[in-house]
Parts: sequence; C-alpha cells; structure tokens
Amino acid sequence: MDIKPEEMINIDNKPPQKSWMDVRPDLSKGRYCYPSQPKALEYLGMPNPREWSPADDDWKLPPNWQEIIHEGFKERLGKYRSLKVFMDTCVRCGACADKCHFFIGTGDPKNMPVLRAELLRSVYRNDFTTAGKILGKLAGARKLTKDVIKEWFSYFYQCTECRRCSVFCPYGIDTAEITMMARELLHLLGISIHWIMDPVSNCTRTGNHLGIQPQNFKEIIEFFCEDIEEITGVAIEPSFNRKGAEILFITPSGDAFADPGTYSFMGYLMLFEAIGLDYTLSTYASEGGNFGLFTSSDMMKKLNAKMYHEARRLGVKFIIGGECGHMWRVLHQYMDTMNGPADFLEVPKSPITGTVFENAKSTKMIHIAEFTADLIKHNKLKLDPSRNDHLKVTFHDSCNPSRAMGLLDEPRYVLQNVCNYFYEMPPNTIRENTFCCGSGSGLNTEEIMELRLRGGLPRANAVKHVHEKYGVNMLACVCAIDRAVLPPLMDYWVPGVGVTGLHELVGNALILDGEGERTMNLRMEDLPGAEGDDDDE
Amino acid sequence: MGFRKHLEKYRPGIIDNWFKSIVATYPPEAKKLFSNQSDSFNNPVGSTTLKSLENVFDALLNEMAAAEIKKRLDPVIRIRAVQEFTPTQALYFILDLKRVVRDVLKKELKAKDHEIQKGLQAFESQIDILLFTGFEIYMGCREQIYSYKANHVKDRTLRLLKKANLLCEVPEVGTEIIPHNVYKNGGFDDTKT
Repeated sequence: MDIKPEEMINIDNKPPQKSWMDVRPDLSKGRYCYPSQPKALEYLGMPNPREWSPADDDWKLPPNWQEIIHEGFKERLGKYRSLKVFMDTCVRCGACADKCHFFIGTGDPKNMPVLRAELLRSVYRNDFTTAGKILGKLAGARKLTKDVIKEWFSYFYQCTECRRCSVFCPYGIDTAEITMMARELLHLLGISIHWIMDPVSNCTRTGNHLGIQPQNFKEIIEFFCEDIEEITGVAIEPSFNRKGAEILFITPSGDAFADPGTYSFMGYLMLFEAIGLDYTLSTYASEGGNFGLFTSSDMMKKLNAKMYHEARRLGVKFIIGGECGHMWRVLHQYMDTMNGPADFLEVPKSPITGTVFENAKSTKMIHIAEFTADLIKHNKLKLDPSRNDHLKVTFHDSCNPSRAMGLLDEPRYVLQNVCNYFYEMPPNTIRENTFCCGSGSGLNTEEIMELRLRGGLPRANAVKHVHEKYGVNMLACVCAIDRAVLPPLMDYWVPGVGVTGLHELVGNALILDGEGERTMNLRMEDLPGAEGDDDDE
Repeated sequence: MGFRKHLEKYRPGIIDNWFKSIVATYPPEAKKLFSNQSDSFNNPVGSTTLKSLENVFDALLNEMAAAEIKKRLDPVIRIRAVQEFTPTQALYFILDLKRVVRDVLKKELKAKDHEIQKGLQAFESQIDILLFTGFEIYMGCREQIYSYKANHVKDRTLRLLKKANLLCEVPEVGTEIIPHNVYKNGGFDDTKT
C-alpha cells in the first residue's frame, strides 16, 4: 500500500452518520460465532445442513428462503399471541435502550433492545401490516433481503436473552422471546451456531451437552468422591439410576466437567451425605442445562422431557435441580405446560425438615439453593463459616434464576451462613436488575471473546467497585455458564477476584460426621492457618 | 504565568473537550449514554473514560512517574481494546490531547511568549511518550485476550489427551505429554540397563 506520511495521521475517527437501515452488519472474522457443522444439523433432522461461514458473501440459503421466513413468521404470529403483541405494542419510549449490557459495553445502537427488536419488527410491518405495506420505510417497514438475514444473525447472537431490558419496559415486552423467535426463523434456513447446535445434538444422544457417556459420567463423580475422601476423610458413595430413591438430582453437566463448577458438584455430594438424603443421580438425565431454549421451542421441549421421563422411570417422589442459569427459566416457565403435568410425582417436601415447597407444587422440582436455605433455617447443618474467612464474597445474581424464577434471597441466606464476609454490589446491578455475565444463551465461545468482555463490562465494573471498597476477592454465583465465563471476565477487568459456585462454599463450611481436621478446601488448596499452609511457615 | 499554570487554570475546559472528542468516536446514541455521568454503574464506559482522562491529565501536569501514568491510562485503553476499533482509532485520543490543548489555550499561545512555547513543547513531548505507554497497554490487553483463546484450546487438548490416556507422570520432570506405549516405566527406558 502506498501511503504518504501525512496520510498516516489523517485519521477518520468518526462513526458513520447513516440511518440504521443503511448500515450493513460487519461479519468479518472475530465478530461472529462459528456456524454449526452439517453433521449436527443432519443428526437433528434440521434444515439446510451445509458447510458455510458468516464471513462468506454467499450463505448458501435455500432458493425459496424469503418464502420460508415469511411462512415461518406467519406460523409463529398465529401460534404465539405474545409475539404478535410484542411486534405491535412498542412505542419506542427508549426505557430499555440503555439497560442492555451489550449496548452499555459496545455503544452499538443496534444493541439497544428497542432497535434490536426493530430489526425483526421492520420485516413484520412490511409483511403483515397494512401501514407497512403501503407506506414502507415511512412506517418503519423494510423488505426482507439477504443483508437483513445477516443482520439478524449478527445481532440476535449479540443478545444473551438475559431479560434485563424487560424489567424496565413499561409494556413488559420480553426481548428474550423476540430473540428466541428470530433465532427460530434463522434455524429454518439452516443458520445456527456451533456452540449451541453441538451441545443440542450431544444432548439428544447422551442426555448431556458434552456428550459424556453414562460410564464416564459415573467415573467423573467417583473421582470427585475420591477427592472428597482425601480432603475430609469421609467416603461417599452416591447411587446412579437407582429405582425407588426418594429424590432425583439433576445438575448441569458443566458441574461435572469444568472447574470451578466441579467443586460445587463436590459440595452437593457432601451436603446430601451430611443429611443422609435418599437420592440418586441419573446417567441419562445427566444435564440440567437446555440449549434447546436457544434453538426452538420444540427442541427445548424434547431435551427437557428426559427429566420427567427419568423421574417416572426411577419412581422418585420429586426432583432437586442444581446450580444452573437458563435451566431454571425452562423449568420455571415452560416445563409444566410443555411436558407436565407431572402428576406421577409428589409436591416436594424436605424429608429432613418437613417443609413443603408450595412454590413447586406444579413442577415438582426445587432449586438446591432453596433446599439448602431451608436446611440451614431449621438448623440441620453443622457449619464452620470461618473456613471461608480468607474469602470476601459478593454474589452475582444469574439472570435466569433471578429474573425468570425470583430466586433472590435464598442464595444470599445460604452465603451469609457459610461465610463471614459477604458484601453486596450496588443495588442497580443485582437482584432483578442484575447485569448479565455477557456470555449467556450459547455465546460462551472463545471466538467472540472481545464481544463477551465488552458485554460483561457492566457486571465486572460493579465487582470492581466492591473489590476496591471492601477487598472482595470471590464472586459467587448459581449458574454453570457463569462459572465458565466469569473467570476470564474477572481476570481482564478485575484481576484478583476468583469465581465460585454457592455449594462449593457450602461444602467448605460443612462439617461432616466423622470427618478429620480439614487442611484443604475443595480445590485442594491449603486452608489459611491450617497445618501444611505454606504461608504459615 | 508559566504554561503549566495555564494548563491548571484551563483544566476543566481541556478535560471537557478531550472527553467530548473521545465520546464522538462512538455513534450518536452511545454518545448520549456515555456523556451521562449520573450513575457510573449504568455507564461504565463513560464514567471510566472520564475518570481515566482526568487522572492522566493530572499525572502529566504534575509530571508523575511513568508507572503511575500507566496505571491511570490503563482503564480507558482496556475498554477501547475490546471495542470494535482499529488500533489507531483506539489510541488516537492520546495524540488528540495536543489539538485540544492548542484549541483551549489559543489566546495564550498567540502571544508567542517564549516560556509558554517552551512549556508547550515539553508538554507535547510528554504526550508523545504517553502514546507509547498507550501502545504498551493496548498490546498487553490484546495479548491477554489472545491468551484466553489459546488457553481454551490448550485446556481442551489436554482434556482430550487425558481422556485418551496419553499422559503420564514422569518422575523428577513432572507431567509431560508422552504416549504411554513409549514410556511405560515412568519415563525411564529400562531395556537399556
């Protein structure tokens, strides 16, 4: 390239001043998630499996792609009253605009929830409203072009379906559902991402996202038990696929496979041992997470069905679910009507405290945090919170447990009982107003690391505040995706803050009958002040 | 009055213009959000940027140590390093401080006072060095991001090797990626002895 020195400093630093409809999406490398493999789509019987890349000009769409989208849109407008309402009611008041972590972090206007929805709404107006058909662009309508499809792919995969914007919408428009619909439409053309479709395909085959076979799943858990025995001196032998157990326990497979989630799994096992719970793990329903939620309602239903199916097969009374994010949106908002009623199960009643969980009367499935909080409330656990004294903990409300099921106080109650130093982040960044980790809804993939880091900035910024003010060095959460994606987010924005699951802290504080003196935590790190601690020597 | 006294006097104007110029690199909708300083938790980009610029300007003014300047410049660059800017767009704001200062001190500079001109020159040299500091921070951020991506691939590979039983412990050496059938005896080939 022939550039003169004076041209080198001639920098155009200003963004383009065009109407949003005229700005084409940038899908150069690093700005998109890798597309799904044909193999996964073929396995699932989904349309248009092929090799392609979002960076290509030609996305190899089916010849009648416009008709497919139009018909798909029409079908969904008829099927879901909510979609029709969400398409019609927005008055563009802008209350949602500055609530999205992606807009706050990127400044890209198409990341304002109102405008992200307009990407779909503009086509809705063009195809399905009289005003749009007659007035076109004047009425905010536009024709469906291949660039629009590319734009949908770009921006509906820059939404984590966290629903923070919905909290502020005066009409209650659920942007997550708009994203879900847009992704469903894209799926009709074979446009999907690897990080979602591979887990979905694995889940269909083995019951979990990672494709772990039953014997491997069992091995992994047994390995945890060996570690627990080394740390506590107590041998634990959980049962697998045991018919007649009182309770079935299901957690995301991330807890079995990825640190630091694994330590929470050890925490669950220790908790159940401490109270002598009659429970079993399933090597088939070995996944709480459900990437079907990010695919289509049919796929979500299919992947979710195994929970009730396995509960019925094993003849348990009810189900306890582990620490997961979107799993709880599926369970709390859809499972009952999708795959219920689970009339073969009983209303969950804690066999230890006798508490009846009326809130789960219909689904028959409770969250482990509410189960544990109830145990603590009834003084059924022996705890030594001082074992967590080297930690100053704050709590990140994972989007789905907080906004989709209202699990706000139970994890806090548990935290306050298992550690002595707990500090809240500012009110507008927690509970219902919590900021997303920036990597939910299938975006936890490394090729879009920059997007994840800027999307996670508002969360990290609040953590930074408590890190600087109180010396917080541990971020607790109840979501497997959080546990996977928050460590790099913390390392980049707030170095010195670790990430833990709630039940890892429970496991560390819990005193098991017959245990030896603890010198290590569940990560096998020396406990401060304990024998063998290097710092003490 | 010396040049630095003028910088001190016009500090609010300089910071304000410098901040406005950096915010103008974002689309208009974002400009509105980033300029709103009422709640730093709802506006981490704008609040961090403003604070960082103020801190850097004060550090230059008081000729603080290089390490301190780097610490103060880090937050704004850390943000711009993950946004959709080219490296030039991300760092141009540093050089832009020269223009901002010349604009705000237009009247004073017109006087052609030798002391002031000398002061300006010295301050602009500080900005040149600031650019290199910025370059270091920017590259550090980018390398950090690449390391996350690389570690992800490394961890995945290690897991696969473990699963395929291709890892073994070699005494005195540690864990190496060595196929079992090559070093079955913990890394020591005893057929030779």
